[in-house]
Amino acid sequence: MNDSVTLSSTGDTTVTQTAFRKALLDPQQRVPEGLTNPDGKQADKRFSVYRNNVAHGLSEAMLTGFPVLAKLVGDDFFREMAKVYLRIHPPASPLMMHYGAALPGFLESFPGTLHLKYLPDVARLELALRRAYHAADATPIDPTALTQLDQAALMRARLKMSPACEVLSTKWPAKAIWDFNMKDGPQPTGGAEDILISRVGFDPMAERLPNGGAAFVRSLIKGRSFGTALGLATADTPDFDLTATLSVLIATHAITGIDKPD
Amino acid sequence: MLDIAHDNKLPNGAGVGYKSQHFNALLDDPGTVCWLEIHAENYMGDGGRPLAQLRHLAERFPISAHGVGLSIGGETRLDPEHLARLKTLIDWLNPAMFSEHLAWSTHDGAFLNDLLPLPYTSDTLTRITTHINEVQDHLGRKMLLENPSSYLAFAESTWSEPDFLREVARRTGCGLLLDVNNVFVSATNLEFDPRAYIDAYPLDLVEEFHLAGHDEDADELGRKLLIDSHGKPVDEPVWALFDHIIARAGARPALVEWDNDVPEWDVLEAEAARATRHMKPAPAAVVSA
Repeated sequence: MNDSVTLSSTGDTTVTQTAFRKALLDPQQRVPEGLTNPDGKQADKRFSVYRNNVAHGLSEAMLTGFPVLAKLVGDDFFREMAKVYLRIHPPASPLMMHYGAALPGFLESFPGTLHLKYLPDVARLELALRRAYHAADATPIDPTALTQLDQAALMRARLKMSPACEVLSTKWPAKAIWDFNMKDGPQPTGGAEDILISRVGFDPMAERLPNGGAAFVRSLIKGRSFGTALGLATADTPDFDLTATLSVLIATHAITGIDKPD
Repeated sequence: MLDIAHDNKLPNGAGVGYKSQHFNALLDDPGTVCWLEIHAENYMGDGGRPLAQLRHLAERFPISAHGVGLSIGGETRLDPEHLARLKTLIDWLNPAMFSEHLAWSTHDGAFLNDLLPLPYTSDTLTRITTHINEVQDHLGRKMLLENPSSYLAFAESTWSEPDFLREVARRTGCGLLLDVNNVFVSATNLEFDPRAYIDAYPLDLVEEFHLAGHDEDADELGRKLLIDSHGKPVDEPVWALFDHIIARAGARPALVEWDNDVPEWDVLEAEAARATRHMKPAPAAVVSA
């Protein structure tokens, strides 16, 4: 690594960042030789300041980023779980706003929470809300603009969707669980949900979509025409409720423009 | 780029590390606070409330953008994606100042979310110089480099920290950010005299001060170990060290950092007011040479 001669009597005292990093994330690893107290002696407790800083900083960042998960399992349990997570999935970039993206997959197999099968879906919802919070700004359309198009023009039009807009399909009632914990909503019941995530002003929103709504909105996000999206939705869901779906899109400021091909 | 009416320089007065919970109270009554510092990485999203608040604040206050994620001391090359994100923010915000740390935080693709220590060797010096030159070239502006808080020493170090910082600045043309609490924390932990550090430190290159609170712990031998926690008022000996520095260097933009257990605005503003008072000594005060 380093072929320069060091003057220490204990041999090579070069501490590489690879060695430092390994010992930092794994408390079982020995503290690298060459890190010392003021007397030049091995400094294990001093090294643990960095270990604690890293573990504390990252687990607190996760606690802030997943408030409902933390409420469901308790803050103390969540912090201990986060310390296991961060050793397997340290942040891949300095943008802590998106840290924890691998948590849903982690929760699928974390022994301590296997019995709480809905946790991964709640984690997916909290991640999506965070993405919406940091998404680019966009101005919603005036809802009357849709009604001003005749039927044929509407079918050909492509709706521009907000950068905050995405659809999450969950096996468990993640949105009902979120509402119960954050908004004093009713006791969560039911199963799978299709959830639209969007943003009104600066506030992320999550709303249930009617049956078929997920296929419709996903097609719109992909840039398909209104008619194509409607066709896809009704193919799977013959009783697809277009009006109810559009109400959700308008209420959550999900539509930001209408491209009308000539 | 933002359209800013003020002269976009950090004044020789007190600033605070901006916390979003203070947005309304700060705009309502900033007290003696005349500039703000933001952590650059918190404003690298695409939009939303953080950037909207920042736009609002930047119209009223000069802003110092403080990076916590470049890993300037990293053994590997700077992350080009992160450098590009930083340039996007700096080009848009046009802050009065940009600063980063004499530390590393990323290695083998993992960002460790802490400012990790470096040995002061000729190898480190070469690497830091290369990285700072790259940052300054990329951003098209001068940056400030901040001294770290240390909990341990490297047996391999061959430079003192003040000499190391002076040499980095000489080779790169960067300025220095003197964190007074970090000097006190390191001096306690590594058992050196903080005033001797200041006497050896190139105060003429300092363009900004940091002040913050620390926690007290002990190592396994029972020796005092201070932790740079940013969760308390500035400690009295740190104010005394600040006075020593001001007597030598004069006033500079001075920041109060409070990142954990963040208090109400009034409490933070009072700390800033104290920093302001410390930089305006009585007219009769004798300034040492």
